[in-house]
Amino acid sequence: MSGCPDQAELLQAYFDGELDAANAQAFEAHLAACPGCSAALDDLRMLRERLADPALREPAPESLRRRIEATLAAEAPAARPRGHSAGVLPWGLSAGFGALAAALAAVAVLPSTGALETQLVADHVRSTLGTRLVDVETSDRHTVKPWFNGKVDFAPPVVDLAEAGFPLEGGRLDYLDGRRVAALVYRRNRHVINLFVWPQTGPPRLPALGRSHEGYAIVHWTQGGLQFWAVSDVDRGELQAFARLFAQRTGS
Amino acid sequence: MARILPFSTVRARPPEAPAGRAAPPPAAGRRDGPDAPLAKADAERFRGLVLPHLDAAYGFARYLTRDATLAEDIVQDAFLKAYRAFAGFRGGDPRAWLFAIVRSSFLSSLRNRPAWTSDEAAPDAASDEASPEAALIRQGEAQSVRGAIAALPEPFREALVLREFEDLSYRQIAEVSGAPLGTVMSRLARARQMLAVALREESRR
Repeated sequence: MSGCPDQAELLQAYFDGELDAANAQAFEAHLAACPGCSAALDDLRMLRERLADPALREPAPESLRRRIEATLAAEAPAARPRGHSAGVLPWGLSAGFGALAAALAAVAVLPSTGALETQLVADHVRSTLGTRLVDVETSDRHTVKPWFNGKVDFAPPVVDLAEAGFPLEGGRLDYLDGRRVAALVYRRNRHVINLFVWPQTGPPRLPALGRSHEGYAIVHWTQGGLQFWAVSDVDRGELQAFARLFAQRTGS
Repeated sequence: MARILPFSTVRARPPEAPAGRAAPPPAAGRRDGPDAPLAKADAERFRGLVLPHLDAAYGFARYLTRDATLAEDIVQDAFLKAYRAFAGFRGGDPRAWLFAIVRSSFLSSLRNRPAWTSDEAAPDAASDEASPEAALIRQGEAQSVRGAIAALPEPFREALVLREFEDLSYRQIAEVSGAPLGTVMSRLARARQMLAVALREESRR
């Protein structure tokens, strides 16, 4: 890595999406003029690419999940004294189902955020817990876009953002806010990003971070007569970066 | 990269210990009382908010401990602590909160284990895991990356894993590791540098 020593911190913060817009812009100007820093940035990207290998990530073993379920059940808010384990699980559901029910319950009792945000998060959670993350599974945007033909009465734009670290996973038909919507599924490392799209009349709106909803970030924007809602458990900054990129690519 | 010792020898305690043992107070979060039982709604909230991050917690523990069995024990311990401390959880990112507890469980496991075990256990090479066929070709590659990460000294490894695998922001990493922001940034820079060098050397072999 051969970047300017005095720019090293900025370079890394830029790479990690930690700079505000003004500083990012200033650094991009430097980057354009400095082959050393550009090369250093490429090195960081290459490293991240190698680390994105799913083989480096391992889900928790099912046995651990069951052990934790059992531990929590033993801790249940019943009158039973702590430490006494009855050996029966009050939540006798399968782990996935239990988590789903709980996630939905958590969403349902939320106080003030809009009903739509609640639905969006519930949909997102459902898609990641169930078996139906995508209806059409492909990283090829030219396959995803026509797949929606005849299934929804609008044409959602689909862009390829793999080189930016957001590979396309596919598309799904969903039902939200009383209508059919298109859900595009992207991935950021191991995190799923659901991008819900449906028509909207009104002025265009730039991507803006909504209130994060029980740990899930939401970014909303409107463009070309469509409204976009990105929902994910990735870092808020990254979801914003995703939204900005997507909006940029579909804007012109 | 050969596995040198059976990891079961690194275990610090019998397998049945975690579930029954009284947990020390967690590092993060407040408890409302010594034995404040979690209200039913809170218990449900915990299952909705914290339990979905089990895979992430395990992945983090796995890289911290470099040992699958120890990682399981630590995660189970951390979930119990988190559950008991949940009444004191006042919002924020549940993942960062959970990771801080995983980290403290990891640190106390280091303190509790027998003196003869070494922190520099053999880097685990994931050779015992089943992989889908498509991953087979990449397995050698993944294994060397895994080994290179495992060889990073602890604070650097932690910063790298939280950033690259869990997408935590600098601020969240600082929160989890209890280090100032500047330290997080320099650890991360150093971790990346060390990793890049290690992988370059590896590919030359």
